[in-house]
Amino acid sequence: MEEIPVTLKGTPQGILLTPRVDNWEAISRGLTLALQDADAFFRGGRVIVELGGRTITHEQLVALRELLEAHEMDLWAILTDDPTTMRVVRSYGIRTRLPAAAAAQREPLESAEAEYNAMLVQRTLRSGQRIHYPGHIIIMGDINPGAEVVAGGSIIVWGHIRGLVHAGALGDESAVICALDLAPAQLRIAGYISRTPEERRRKPQPEIASVSQNRIIAEPWTARG
Amino acid sequence: MAGTIITISSGKGGVGKTTTAANLSLALAMLGKRVICIDADIGLRNLDLMLGLENRIVYDIVNYIEGRCRLRQALVRDKRFPELFLLPAAQTRNKDAVGQEDMARVAHEAAELADYVIIDSPAGIEHGFRIAAKPANRVLIVTNPEVTAVRDADRVVGLLEAEGWAPAQLILNRLKPELIRRGQMLDPDTVVDLLAIDIIGIVPEDPNVLTASNQGQPVVLDDRSGAGAAFRDVARRLLGEEVPFTPIKSPSFLQKLFGSHG
Repeated sequence: MEEIPVTLKGTPQGILLTPRVDNWEAISRGLTLALQDADAFFRGGRVIVELGGRTITHEQLVALRELLEAHEMDLWAILTDDPTTMRVVRSYGIRTRLPAAAAAQREPLESAEAEYNAMLVQRTLRSGQRIHYPGHIIIMGDINPGAEVVAGGSIIVWGHIRGLVHAGALGDESAVICALDLAPAQLRIAGYISRTPEERRRKPQPEIASVSQNRIIAEPWTARG
Repeated sequence: MAGTIITISSGKGGVGKTTTAANLSLALAMLGKRVICIDADIGLRNLDLMLGLENRIVYDIVNYIEGRCRLRQALVRDKRFPELFLLPAAQTRNKDAVGQEDMARVAHEAAELADYVIIDSPAGIEHGFRIAAKPANRVLIVTNPEVTAVRDADRVVGLLEAEGWAPAQLILNRLKPELIRRGQMLDPDTVVDLLAIDIIGIVPEDPNVLTASNQGQPVVLDDRSGAGAAFRDVARRLLGEEVPFTPIKSPSFLQKLFGSHG
């Protein structure tokens, strides 16, 4: 299997971008692809690049920033151990370490389960309102048509889903979407998209949607053993 | 005590905002209240036409804001009800002529003079809507039983909630019972369920509304008009009266009223 040149991970501080190879051309290509897949999720986000011992030149930094800006993302920090690179980065006014409070939480976590925090939203999301969050999103209220909820993890709604929801927007196919009434215009989990059948729906019932065998399936949401 | 400021809004255009503003203002005046209605649709002046007061306008809201006249001079007294006044919009200016503070000041000054100030907001969710909605004590959202209108109404309710402005109440306008019965139009239950705000009026489609507007004699003045009766009911509910109301949540009543559906 070909090595993934760059990984993107949602963290409470921002989007953590970690290059896995030294070749910036490969990183840039990989990043372009990754952003195409998850553009809606990352839009408006701030990015933390974790270079480790890797280096970045002026040209590479400018190119990276331009690429991110084209996707409406803000290059917020570049973490590096290399003193030369540190000077390069600082000359662009980009921070090279996270504020102490943020750094304390930045522990890379092993399991996907533990990685997510959850956000609790206690209101109905109306047309034109959107919530993007790298972790799980729990909503006590409805998601109305024209509203948009995008989560890195799962989306749990105690109410109706009629708007657009995207769970696992960073590529996590184990993410689920559940609601008391699952009637969204469109359902997205990771890279999968499904539409609600056009015909008139039966009586609303709690349902849970997940990815199974390369497609999204919805099942009754009952107590699971 | 200052009067209540009520803004009529909708998001979508053409759903009956100005019709509602004209009819409600008249209905409140008919109930003996002193009412000032403000046309906040600067540059697209309409409320004066519906009230049949166009030829009486001397000054407008922009003249007043710019200090060219006193508020009382700009108020146009209604020809039918001496306690009803119109503060007309400027026709030859655009919305930028009135700022947020300007409208708030005018609305509050008007509220000192009247029991009710009715502000007719322009369509859209931009500057014009915002200046009209901000000073309100209550916002009435007018919508039609159509998905587009309901979607836009939802957006407006969301904006009001986000700003923490006045609570919104719903007027469902131009309901066609026949279409609902055939399942071709959203029924009130569905709309209220989606928007999740209080409903204060259901106004049936009524061909007299158009004729009435064209003649400057709003339907509320017509005893035989269904829409007119609905607007009079809304006015009484605004005064806090318990008006026997279509129990929106009860299908049995709706079935009786509109025939069985669903």
